[in-house]
Formats: sequence, structure tokens, C-alpha cells
Amino acid sequence: MAHRIAVFKRPQITDALGQQTLRRVSMDLDLELERVETVDVYVVASGLEEEVLARVAREVFTDPVLEDLVVDEPAPGDFDWLVEVGFRPGVTDNVGRTARESLALALDRPISETPAVYSAREFRFVGALERAQVERIATELLANTLIERVTVLSADEAAAGLAATTVRVTGLEAEVTVKEVDLSGSDEDLASLSRDGVLALSVEELHAIGDHFASEPVAAERRERGLPSSPTDIELECLAQTWSEHCKHKIFNAHIYYSRAVGEVEVIDSLFDTFIKGATDQVREQRGEGDICVSVFTDNAGVVRFSEDHNLVFKVETHNSPSALDPYGGALTGIVGVNRDPFGTGLGAELIFNTNVFCLASPFFEGEIPARLLHPRRVLEGVRQGVEHGGNKSGIPTVNGSLVFDERYLGKPLVYCGTGGIMPTEIRGAPSHEKAARPGDVIVMVGGRIGADGIHGATFSSEELHEGSPATAVQIGDPITQKRMTDMLLVARDRGLYSAITDNGAGGLSSSIGEMARDPGGADVDLSLAPLKYPGLAPWEIFLSEAQERMTLSVDPRNLEELMALAGRYQVEATALGTFNDTGLLSVRWGEMLLGSLDMAFLHEGVPTMRLEARLETPARAGDDPLPRDLDCGETTLALLGRLNVCSKEYWVRQYDHEVGGGSVVKPLCGERGDGPSDAAVLRPLLDRPEGVVVAHGICPRYGDIDAYHMAACALDEAVRNAVAVGADPTRLAALDNFCWSDPVQSDSNPEGRHKLAQLVEACRALHDACVFYGVPLISGKDSMKNDYRIGDTRIGIPPTLLVSVLGQMPDASMAVTMDVKRPGHLVYVVGTTGHHMAGTEWAAHLGWSGLSVPVVDLKENEERYRRLHEAIVGGLVASCHDISDGGLAVAMAESAFAGDLGLEVDLGLVPREELASGEVILFSETPGRFLVTVSPRYTESWERLMADQEMSLVGTVTQERRLKVKGLTKGVLIDLDLETLRDAWRRPLDL
Amino acid sequence: MAASVKVLVVTGNGTNCERETAHAARLAGADRVDVRMIWDLLAGDVSLDGYQLLCLPGGFLDGDDLGAAKAAAVRWRFARVGERGERLAEQLMRFFDAGNLVLGICNGFQLMARLGVVPAVDRSEVVSGAGRQQASLGANDSGRFEDRWVRLVVDPKSPCIFTRGLASLEVPVRHGEGKVILGGAEVTRRVESLHLAPVRYADSTGCATESYPDNPNGSPGGIAGLCDPTGRCFGLMPHPEAFTHRTNHPRWTRLPELPEEGAGVAIFRNAVEHLRQ
Repeated sequence: MAHRIAVFKRPQITDALGQQTLRRVSMDLDLELERVETVDVYVVASGLEEEVLARVAREVFTDPVLEDLVVDEPAPGDFDWLVEVGFRPGVTDNVGRTARESLALALDRPISETPAVYSAREFRFVGALERAQVERIATELLANTLIERVTVLSADEAAAGLAATTVRVTGLEAEVTVKEVDLSGSDEDLASLSRDGVLALSVEELHAIGDHFASEPVAAERRERGLPSSPTDIELECLAQTWSEHCKHKIFNAHIYYSRAVGEVEVIDSLFDTFIKGATDQVREQRGEGDICVSVFTDNAGVVRFSEDHNLVFKVETHNSPSALDPYGGALTGIVGVNRDPFGTGLGAELIFNTNVFCLASPFFEGEIPARLLHPRRVLEGVRQGVEHGGNKSGIPTVNGSLVFDERYLGKPLVYCGTGGIMPTEIRGAPSHEKAARPGDVIVMVGGRIGADGIHGATFSSEELHEGSPATAVQIGDPITQKRMTDMLLVARDRGLYSAITDNGAGGLSSSIGEMARDPGGADVDLSLAPLKYPGLAPWEIFLSEAQERMTLSVDPRNLEELMALAGRYQVEATALGTFNDTGLLSVRWGEMLLGSLDMAFLHEGVPTMRLEARLETPARAGDDPLPRDLDCGETTLALLGRLNVCSKEYWVRQYDHEVGGGSVVKPLCGERGDGPSDAAVLRPLLDRPEGVVVAHGICPRYGDIDAYHMAACALDEAVRNAVAVGADPTRLAALDNFCWSDPVQSDSNPEGRHKLAQLVEACRALHDACVFYGVPLISGKDSMKNDYRIGDTRIGIPPTLLVSVLGQMPDASMAVTMDVKRPGHLVYVVGTTGHHMAGTEWAAHLGWSGLSVPVVDLKENEERYRRLHEAIVGGLVASCHDISDGGLAVAMAESAFAGDLGLEVDLGLVPREELASGEVILFSETPGRFLVTVSPRYTESWERLMADQEMSLVGTVTQERRLKVKGLTKGVLIDLDLETLRDAWRRPLDL
Repeated sequence: MAASVKVLVVTGNGTNCERETAHAARLAGADRVDVRMIWDLLAGDVSLDGYQLLCLPGGFLDGDDLGAAKAAAVRWRFARVGERGERLAEQLMRFFDAGNLVLGICNGFQLMARLGVVPAVDRSEVVSGAGRQQASLGANDSGRFEDRWVRLVVDPKSPCIFTRGLASLEVPVRHGEGKVILGGAEVTRRVESLHLAPVRYADSTGCATESYPDNPNGSPGGIAGLCDPTGRCFGLMPHPEAFTHRTNHPRWTRLPELPEEGAGVAIFRNAVEHLRQ
């Protein structure tokens, strides 16, 4: 019989989770409770004698100073309602797994002879609530019913006893057969086949598959090998994964017929080749000797040169669709998933930083939440917790990120996760960024087991969110299983135990083996060998499962024994699943039974090129609204400081470990009281070396509604500017592009597809132009093209969103500069000319003002300016430097002042500006390319000499008096506010 | 000729501060610093014998799934070296008896507390769980994990070897379970009378504090770390190994007078110098 162990806090011990829950019930749901207490529940499956369990339970399950336990009886204490939250069958239960390991150790038994343990938690409420209210707390706050089960009991019901619920998956060993899929139906049949099966294949693609299978010699060869003439289920699923938008980027590789004006059609053969790879090729050629690219676009992440003996690796991914359904699991998996990209690049990199950018609707959204969507507040808290667990537990510092708010992200929140790594340029005398599986190498899967989690993740993310979106697309990551695995693999790497490595992400084994098999030219896989979490999975599910924490290796048979022994020692599961070969076929078996065999060339090259139309709609309005008159600039500055996109994100920053690794140089928050928002992060990945790595990003979706070209140029400029502001060398930057778009493929149900595609073309072109001009190569990226919500009559598409992440370098990290002003008497400069760029700004959003004057990047001016500023920074001339962006100069001045805990006195009449710019424009315009710089009087001469031909001027001084005083052009003082007022306006809105 | 000092930094299974911990030990002048996996200790390839300073760095052992370092304490106590060899905890006791030093930081401190090493080594607790765990680390009062720099004031009367000669120290905390809970009045009396709390969170005037955020977790009396009466075992929640270089300090760009070496190295140097004598 199963036993239920309830662990409760001793008297006097704070129940922090209980108190936190009490707070959130009141804040988020507006319900009042007197008290919340929590009890940790462990259900030990049958097979253990009661007296044996009693002997070890205390040792395993409690901390005697803090806790006590009862077995098979309710924990003490009175309550009105009890909510038990546990996992649904098959969902990763990290706590249960660890408890079982501890139990095995205490019993001195092998794990296999120790019963399974399932974790759950009781929330006990004291307060006058109705059942419906308790159910609301349970489902809206405590549990996500997609992955968790909830039991609500009144005190009386609980007194009758609590069940020891074991949530084992009770799947039956299914009989394995070869299933044939009929592709001979009508186009409508094929369309519904694709949709019902979450294949995300178009009718045209299904025709291409049908034709391939019907062609000779494919058909003859299949007859000979005993395979049916049409594809088997596993073959079709494998093709669907490999050909998914998520994996093959069909839109970025499409032929696009683009009409901007009547009659004029431009043909673009692949956005990727033309603009992305095209930019990088051009930059690399221009840079010549100075080219830092080592491996770009070919591997799981981009690789650039760092020092003589080390390279840097960087990748940013999106994990939007799963995060919409389960923000916690989605964000957690987003992080541990992107960790495996640099880890699976070349022979594997050591991971040194994480970044994350979330685009969400306001947490204070008060409208109605459409079906299947979660309240943004819940999404926000979920992703925060996901990062906390994913990043902190992996021991990788979260150094950079942001939160971007727009109501349309309600339909699909965007979760961007990035990870950087470092690797020696050579491992055992060979370049570390090169790898190749060889014919005869053994296919070894390492890490976690396979379950139904994440099946159809790749095809699911290639669709809009709809009623039937599969719950199994959600996975929960386990940072510790992954940490054990990466610890082990770094040792295996340095011993030369594998010839190639890649991660199991989207598409699972089908994708990792399919990719790795390209070098040797084929593979033979036996899925009956794969380790499963529970029985009952069909072979195609095993092949496609996106269960987390798995890497695939190719291992020379002579190294297999040593690798297996190492894995065993590190408690990491490793299983040989077949061999790589040069047959030209990816063959999948179940023991002796052949389940499918795909031509490698067709699998990777057979996807038909999409042909798409793009047409840019001209904006409905002709120009800008008139500027409002007589605004109080002080009040406006305070309002902008408090806007969600500007205000302090300290609540998040503090809960992320941003300095583990010991190399932290510029942290997310800086300044006298640690409340200055840094422009970028700097860290020293090699503790005995001075070199610094700079991490920055740019994202400006608000401009995109008006002009996607300028939006993209601004995103790159912002990322570069942020990196330069802290001291990155502008000639050694590398960038990553992550496009998230609303579906740009025109159809009856998507009438704006052409325009969205035109916006995508414009954004790609801008990115290309800016990268080439700045000499910044794009080294990796990812696009996500189906960020729409459509259920019933509700359609929500996200604004065109491009995240540019920049990886920078500094020869000496101790030359880094922060954004806080340093000393009274320092001189204040504005670098760069302010233009009339008011449309799409925070100021415009605040006032509801509309216009077309979006910020426009002056590439030529900026490129020169960034190089000069960098010279000044490494020359030690700059005391503080802050990028002027969201909210304009007013916000930048306020931030630099309160971060330095010192005042500023500035005269707007001195700020370099376009003719006719008013005081409001100078304060709130978001013209790119500008900085607020302070310089010690000692260095002003050298500084001014160095910047002589730049658009720059001395505008004021840093003062002892803690006030921001700004003199207008004509009207006298425009802003006169004390630091506490400014600081408070900035800190309060998201101080949750 | 002074004795050679060998340091073992144990990692694996969720530990993640081993790199900077080893770096701090090297900066402190240790002759040899080895970073080894717990799995290599359990396999018998590495033993504590032969080292003089054992560092248990920060991280999330077993994901802290059952409470911080709880499952790890079970592992140290019950897991055997080799197939049926001695238990790891027995090796630890032999190491301690030989006059050696143990430093636990953050998750390492949580492990020491849960094993029964601080504030006094309780041998039967360490090796079999039959003794008494005297202290633990509870959830922060805020209910949150927090990364923030704190000021520590050092008790000059503490027997702690690691804090000798130090008056105060700025270092970061990065934890969600760091509130020191002592197991009863008697333990509290001993900690106070024997000065077994060498470091406490301090306010801007340098006095021990219970107020947030100077005290980030609500520890009574501001206790940030504990040592045993010999002063050879020391565990603390804050991270001295996170301050090995001036650029680690959150205000280094405002403080040109900061020395090149970070103040956290002093904790390690005290240990190395003690072992040299």
C-alpha cells in the first residue's frame, strides 16, 4: 500500500510560501484570508514495509530543526479549506525523483528496488470563503490544471482522510506495428490530415511527399525492404518535424514577390540568404583580418573569436507557444533548452551567461481574458519563476534582459532566452568548433528519459494558438538532471570520447539524429532501445518526443565503454540507439522490424520552396498630430519614468542570480544605491584574465507599427549603442537576430498576410543595411512566424518584433563604464543630435499622440561616433555614460542622477538638435545614436579634443544638490524635481 | 619551510560556484587546488585524506528539491565510497580529526548545518543521523531568492580561523533559504557565549541588524554564518568567493581606491596561512 507523508513546519518557523500565497491571494485575486499554511506531501508507492519507512522517513523528508512529519494521517492544525496540488501523470516531478534517490540512499538499496515517490503540496486556508472562491484560488493562482491536478476539500471532507495519490502513468505496452498513411485523398482531406495530426504541413508539401514516395527508384527500394508504398506514420511525422517552419525556416527561405508601389515587383530569393547571411558575408569580407567569425549559421549557435585561446558562443531562442499555455514550464524549458545550444555547438561550450527578454501585456490588464489564455500577471510571475529555477539552479548568471509591454502580447507572450558559452579554440589539438559523426560511430543518447512531453513542439510552434493546441507540447525542465549531464559531458569532451554532439530540442531524436546523420550520410536507429519514463509510447512518439535534458552523441565504438562508465559514475543515463552509416538513408527500426526509411537528401532538401506575396500598405495617416502645448515637463518626466517599459525591474533582477561564476563586472543594476539600470552587462569569463564579455540587446516593437524598416534599424542600433556605452569595442561586436512575427502568409483567414510579409522584408533589409554599415556580423538567430491567437471571433496578432542581441568584447574589463554620475562638478555632455522623432515613443504612448515621425538611425554619423566614444572610454576619459532611448533625454538624465545619488543642472539650449526642435522634443524624442556622458573636469580638454568633430556639447554639471534642474529654451526652468521623487516614480510601478 | 597547503573543492550534482571558489583559494596562496566531482569521491578515486582545506561551494545540490542541501546531506551521510566501503561522512570526520579545515559557502553552509557540523561537530549526527542537528537554514522572510550585496560585521572574539583579523566585509548573498534557525535556547546560548557566529549582517553604521534589506533573510541577531568551537569549520550564506577582484564590487566604478584584489580572498588567505604554520 502507498503511504502519504505530510511534512509541516514546527511552531515558530515562518511558512514563507504560506505568507507569500496569502499576499498574492489578496493582491492578485482580491480575496481576503486570515492565514495560509503549507504542507509538503510525499506519496511513497507501495512496496515498503511500514516500520522500514518509519525508520527513515524523518531522515529523508524533514529537517528536524524546521519541520516534523506524520505518516498516513493529516498534519496537525485547523483550517477551513484544503487545496492539494500535485502533478498530473507523466509530468516531470523533480522533487519526487530526488526524494526517491534520498530514500534509496537511506535504505542502502539500489534505486530500482526503491518505490517511486510523488510530490504534492497542501495549501490550508483559514478564512470565510465559499468553495467557488477556493476553487478560483486553486486554478488561477496555485495550479496550472494543464499539468497539475487539484483537490479542494472542506475541513469536514479533509477529516475523512486524505488519499495517497500515486500518479503513475498507466499506459499499456502498445503493440508496435507499421502504420501506413494514405496521401491519395483530396486537397481538403490532406489539409485536415495535417491539421488534425498537428503536422503543420501544407497541401503542397504533402503532395511533394506523395510524389517522392511514388517515384522510382524510391518505390522499388521500398518494395524490396518490405515498406509500404505510401509513407508510414513515423516517416510522415519525421518529415513534418524536419520540414516545420520552426526547423526549416520556410518563410525566411521563400521566394518573395514584393510590391511596394503599383506595378513594381521585386523578387527576393530567400530573406535569409539575401539579408541575413548576405550581411554577414559582406561584413566578413570588409573586416578581412579583423573578422571575428569562427562558425556562423551552421551549428546550434554562432561562434566568434575572443582571445588567442578561447572562442565565444552565443544563441538566443524563442519559446513562445509553450509559455502561453504554461509560463513556468515554458520559460524554464526555454532556458535549459537554449543552454543546450551552445553546449551542443562544436564539441561543446562551457556556459557563462543567460539573457532573457519577455514581451507581455500589462500585468494590470483589466479587460476580459480570451479562452485558453492566462492573465498577463500570471504569465509574468510564471516566467519569472521559470527563469529563477532554470537559470539559478543551472549555475549560469542571468546578466541581461528586459520586459517589454504591449497589449497585443496578450495573444501570444514572447519568451526570448539566450545563453553564451566559452570554449578553448582547440581541444586535443583539433579546432573545438568542428565536429562530424563518422560512419560506424555509435548513436548515444545521454541525459533524461523519453516521455510524452513536448510531442509536436516544433509543429505546434509553427501554428497559431488554437482551441486544440496540445497540452503535451508543454514540458518541464529539470536543471539538475541537465547539470549532471553537462558536468559529465565536459569531462567526456576533454577526453575526446565523442566525435560530434547536438542537443535534443525541437523534433527530439528525429531532428538530432537526422541532423547528425548528414555528415556520415545516414543512420540506423533502433527505438526499442530508447529509455522511457513510462510504457505506452508509440515509436513515432519516442522519435519525436521533446522530453528535456538530452543530448545525442556520436561515439567511436572504441570509446563506447569508457563513455558508458563515465556516465554511470556521474549518475547520467546513456544509451546506444544505433549507428551512423553512409547508406544515404535514415532508417528507423523496432528491434528487427523496419518502421521507416527516409532518403537523407529528400529529408533535408526536399521541402518545396514557398512562393509568397508581400505588399506594403501605405499608412492611413498623412503626418504627425500637432504637438501638445504647455505640457508640464516635470510631470511628464515622472509619468515616463513610471511607464512599464521604462520603470525599475529590480523585482526580477534581484531574484535572478546575476553574478554566479565570479566574473561579474557590470551588473544589471549599478550606482550608489544599486538602483541604476545598466545599459549592458560586462563579465570576465576567465577569472585569471582581464578580457571582458559584453552582453546587450535592442528591441523597439512600438516603432514597427509605423515603419518596420526603422524599427529593425533602431533595434540593432540600440543593441550596439548599449554595448558601446559600457565599453565594448565597436569593431569586435557580433549580433543575433530573433524575429517574432504575426503570420505573414496571406490566406482567407489571414487577410493582412501580405502586409506583414512586407514588414518582414523591410525589417530584414534594415538589419542588413545597419549590420553592413556598422561592420557587425549576424552569427545566429531564430525566427518565430506564427505568433497569433485565434479562437472563435477573437484574433490577436503581435506587433512586428525583432530582438537584436549583441555580444561584445573588451580587452580589459576594468575599463568598463557605468551609467551613474560619479562626482559633483563633473561636466555633463549630450553626444549626438536630437531630431524630431516622436512617433512610437514612450512619450507618444503616454499621451495617446500619433504620428509618423519614428526614430531614424543615421548610420554614418553613429558609426563614427561609436568608435570615438569607445576611444574615450578605453582612454579613461569618461566618468559615466548612459544610452538615451526609451523616454528620451529626460529619462536618461533622471536615471543617471538618481543612480549616482547626485543632482544635475542642464540647459536644454545647449543640447545639439535639429532646427526648430522644442524643449519637449529635446526632452522626449527618441532619436537613436545619443548618449548622456559625464566627464571629470580633469579630462574635459582631452575629451573635447577627441570628440572635436562630433555632434556633441557641454550641457551642464553634476551637482551636490540632489535635484534634476533643466532650463528650457525660452520658458525658464522646465524641470525641477528632487531625486527621491524621480526615484520613487521609477521604482514604484513594478515593485511587486 | 612552511607546510604545503592542498585544497579540495568538491563539485557536481548541482554545485555551481566551484570555479570561483578554486580561484579564491589560488589567489590566497594555496599550493594546490583540486576541483573534483562528488562522484569521484564516491567512486574512491579521490579521498579527503591528503588535503587540508575542504571547500563546499554554493549551488543547488540535488536542485534543493527537498529543502536546501537536504538530499545532499543524506548523500554525504549514507552513500558509500566504492561498492561497500566507508561512508563519505566517516571520511569527513577523519578529515576533521586530523586538524583540517572545512569551509562551506551558501549551499555548502546549508549542507554543513544539515549534516550536523556547525555550530558544533556532532559526530553521531554526522555519520548516522542519530545525534542532533543544531542549526538549519529556513526560507528568507521575504519568501524570495535574492541576489544583493550585504555588509558583514566580524566578531573579533570568535574562534573562527577564517575571519581572523577582519573587522568587516562586503560580499553578495544569493539565496532563498538563508535564515539561520538555531535548534533551541541552549544552542543559542552556546553560539553567543562561545562566539560561534563570526559574521553578522550589518547596517550602514556597522551594527548587526535584523532589518531588511541590510539583513536579507531575517536571520535572528543578523547571523550570517556559524563556526564550530575549534574555529576550523566555518559556514556562511554570503559569497566571499564572489569578491576576488575589484570589478566584482557593485560600486567599483565609484570607488577608485578599491585594491585590485577583492576583499573576499581574505577568508581563504586566513585558512591557508593557518595551515602553513
